[in-house]
Amino acid sequence: MKAREKAEYYLNARVLGPALLRGQRWAAEARARGASPWASSHLAPPLSISPRLKELVARHWLEGRYANVSRRVAWVTSGAPVEFLKALDFFVLYPENHGAICGTARCAVDLATFAEEAGYSRDICSYARTDLGSLISGRTPVGRLPRPDLLLACTNICQTVLFWYWVLANHFRVPLIVIDTPFVYREEASPHSLDYVRRQIEEAIPVAERVAGKVLNPARFDRVGQLSREACFLWLEILERNRHEPAPITAFDEFVHMAPIVEMRGEAFTVDFYAAMLEEVDRRIARGISAVRPERRRLLWDNLPIWYRLRYLAEQLAERGVAIVASTYTNAWGELAPLMDPDHPLESMVRAYTYPVLNRGTGHKLSTMERMIRDYHLDGVILHSDRSCKPYSIGQMDQRDQLVGAMRTPALLLEADHNDSRCFSEEQVSNRLAAFLEMLGV
Amino acid sequence: MGSATVKIVGVDEQGNLEWYLLEPADARVEQQVERFLARAGEAGAGNPAAVPTPVPLVATGYGRKLVRQASGVVTEITCHAKGVFRELQQGGTLVDIGGQDSKVISIGTHGEVLDFAMNDKCAAGTGRFLENAARRLDLPLERLGPVALASAEEVTLSSTCTVFAESEVVSLLAHGVPVEPIVRGLHRSLIKRVVAMIRSVGLRRPLMLSGGVVQNPAIVRLLQEETGEEILLPHHPQLMGAYGAALVALESGNSGRFTGGKE
Repeated sequence: MKAREKAEYYLNARVLGPALLRGQRWAAEARARGASPWASSHLAPPLSISPRLKELVARHWLEGRYANVSRRVAWVTSGAPVEFLKALDFFVLYPENHGAICGTARCAVDLATFAEEAGYSRDICSYARTDLGSLISGRTPVGRLPRPDLLLACTNICQTVLFWYWVLANHFRVPLIVIDTPFVYREEASPHSLDYVRRQIEEAIPVAERVAGKVLNPARFDRVGQLSREACFLWLEILERNRHEPAPITAFDEFVHMAPIVEMRGEAFTVDFYAAMLEEVDRRIARGISAVRPERRRLLWDNLPIWYRLRYLAEQLAERGVAIVASTYTNAWGELAPLMDPDHPLESMVRAYTYPVLNRGTGHKLSTMERMIRDYHLDGVILHSDRSCKPYSIGQMDQRDQLVGAMRTPALLLEADHNDSRCFSEEQVSNRLAAFLEMLGV
Repeated sequence: MGSATVKIVGVDEQGNLEWYLLEPADARVEQQVERFLARAGEAGAGNPAAVPTPVPLVATGYGRKLVRQASGVVTEITCHAKGVFRELQQGGTLVDIGGQDSKVISIGTHGEVLDFAMNDKCAAGTGRFLENAARRLDLPLERLGPVALASAEEVTLSSTCTVFAESEVVSLLAHGVPVEPIVRGLHRSLIKRVVAMIRSVGLRRPLMLSGGVVQNPAIVRLLQEETGEEILLPHHPQLMGAYGAALVALESGNSGRFTGGKE
């Protein structure tokens, strides 16, 4: 670590950068007291915590730009047990989150094209194509991605990550830790599956220690676990506030504001962020502020968001008084909070990372949706059939039949993709959506 | 505004179908609608229940948002359900087979839409499938049904795609296979696709049909064979979307309230 690089890192990532971002946040907060930026008058103004969110995300990527100078860097999958890495002071980067940023910034297709021209099939997940395209082209909307010193892939979200991270490991020539979490077909994971996952985590720790050049401090590990748990509980509370009628926020707000829980979990400022967001949500409820006004229908969104069309969908639905108040996707980071036991950190980590919704049978997702329909008083479900995400989309046709039949809940299947806008046909989507809304009586 | 043809329907104050016009779809939407309205005005002039001006107009189907003259737009799902329910006076499963798309709509006992499925991706379950084949076989469209029904034999086509099925037809003809069994096989392919769509929504009896394609007797007969169901047809199967839209216009005029969206 050369002295000049360290100084540059310190100045940019620790002093000037954060100061600049803080200033931008103050300016944004001042502007927010003016008119609402939404085209639709049916949408409540953005949350006042939004500028803080932008600041945190920008600061994270700014840190990343210079991270190689002073820290070890790990690239991890969204469902990876990240706590021991954070306790070893790794800078943790999520290629999936980077992919989502490219999706919202509408440069994902351009990046994916580089991957496709290199031979990667268009049938592969658009997150993987975006990431590999970024790798191949060297382009990214966040400035510069730090090189990983370590890769961690956990198969609890899909199998594609296995191959994706092998490509990364070959490219970067760094150790790849794979945490293989056996699929949970029924209610409970078998004891030997949990034992298998525990042993893999135990074996992963020395590998990470070797790369980090330090030993894992148990107290720090506990602290990170505790902060993770606190943030997840706060997130869960925020989601559950939407049981209130009318809902104070929409799932679109949740999609945007979930960045810290995904990529900055285990930090104290993440806990503070969600505590503040919860307060703001409670203030909205107290003042009777409705995210969509008037709120005529309440829906559930299943599967990943359509990152490049969030505003379009939010406004189309808001125009008809339809609020998406819950989502199985945002719920995935909250529903595991109760599994985290501070007295048994490793054991509870094993359970928390074995039981994400994508690692469980389609019957579990169906019963989760049924429970949410009851708890949140929902009028219908939109099932986003995401071309990229096979584990999330599989079974949606049967789930739709059950929802419409046994649950007597209208359910619409919308075919698109979370990041690849070439799979989104605006006319088809808007036509099906319009027919569905007419069916709901709005 | 259908995928292949555009229709305009006028109803009287009781919602009975009074007059209609039908033309192949023109990309210059506004001009076509102007022409229609001009001709409708002429048609109304000779009619005791005169067409009021301005005519309350609701547009449905593709390009409905381009119809400047419309006071509102409603999707064809809602319109077809309304039109067919008014005609046949009962709920059930409506299958609409149009020129370039097809849909299945589950209608409740009070005419409400319970569920629907749209095939807006593939021409194989639509009129275009038969149209392509008819052209290849040098048969006028009206002859397709009778030719299919006249055949005792049937050839099973393996191609799922409209374009490749056309190639398959050419190949069969080149091998000396007679036209009649090929035509019957083509109808069978279309029907099988439709049946799959019905199954995805679930059958709610009775089965009802609409769309220009169902004027083909072989379609109705083969669908009856495949499903074993009684099939009901309205008097004007090709007009149900426009008829439904007219009923929506009538309702919104009477109640002063409009339920669809104006886009």
